[in-house]
Amino acid sequence: MKSAVILFPGSNRDRDMIKALEQISGQPVATVWHTETELPDADLYVLPGGFSYGDYLRSGAIAARSHIMPALKTAADQGRHVLGVCNGFQMLTEAGMLPGALMRNASLHFVCKEVMLETTSTNSPFTSHMEKGKVWRCPVAHHDGNYFADAETLKALEGEGRVAFRYAEGTNPNGSINDIAGITSEKGNVLGMMPHPENLIEDLHGGIEGRALFESVMQSLAA
Amino acid sequence: MKARVTVTLKNGVLDPQGKAIEGSLGSLGFEGIEGIRQGKVFDVELTDRSVSEAKADIEAMCEKLLANTVIENYAIELL
Repeated sequence: MKSAVILFPGSNRDRDMIKALEQISGQPVATVWHTETELPDADLYVLPGGFSYGDYLRSGAIAARSHIMPALKTAADQGRHVLGVCNGFQMLTEAGMLPGALMRNASLHFVCKEVMLETTSTNSPFTSHMEKGKVWRCPVAHHDGNYFADAETLKALEGEGRVAFRYAEGTNPNGSINDIAGITSEKGNVLGMMPHPENLIEDLHGGIEGRALFESVMQSLAA
Repeated sequence: MKARVTVTLKNGVLDPQGKAIEGSLGSLGFEGIEGIRQGKVFDVELTDRSVSEAKADIEAMCEKLLANTVIENYAIELL
């Protein structure tokens, strides 16, 4: 699996993501500065976590309008895999590549802890090789993870099996509607999620549960 | 020329910040507050152009960046 991570001023989980991708894919990971207008060839493009542009205006809003984004949209339209984690998820909604919006946590607090995630759909390449219904722990660290979508959008997401991950009962850290932690695009090749699977990929992290998501993409590509 | 854009949350969208402000005003002793919704104001200075051009330009700015129309409404006022 060839992968590339897109960098913005204020990204801070990019190194974790690059490390995870290098370890799991066994290949060097390309990086792309946001001012570029073309993407290197890759199977998976990642928008990493962080605080791009200091969360000015709305989290992910400025990054979603940067020069590289049209190329990313084209790549997604062509079926390439796109993953947005945390601030990356916020960018994907702001860019209109995923529906809904990520609002301030209902508690108003920044949350940095581990939550329990349920893999609720295996409809996309990101989860097709994961176990449906499995509950696994995963770190979250965000201030704006409160997913919101109107009733019609929500019905479509739920009906089409596009809610990839949900916070397990009692662990919703941000008040997101229907306990949504991650959603996929209509075609399934774009995933946005608030939790950080890239931070649970080696024993030093205290667990390797996050690997399954990246391995699922690799297995889907190989199939 | 100048314009003011006011961005507010749509009805039905939870506003935890507004709720917190409401609670704080209550604790300061203000009574009879039935609700607070927090929004944003942008003062935009433009080079001279016709009113209709200015309105169209600012509307495009709102649609493309200033507001997230999934959750927010906007109002434009030319000053």
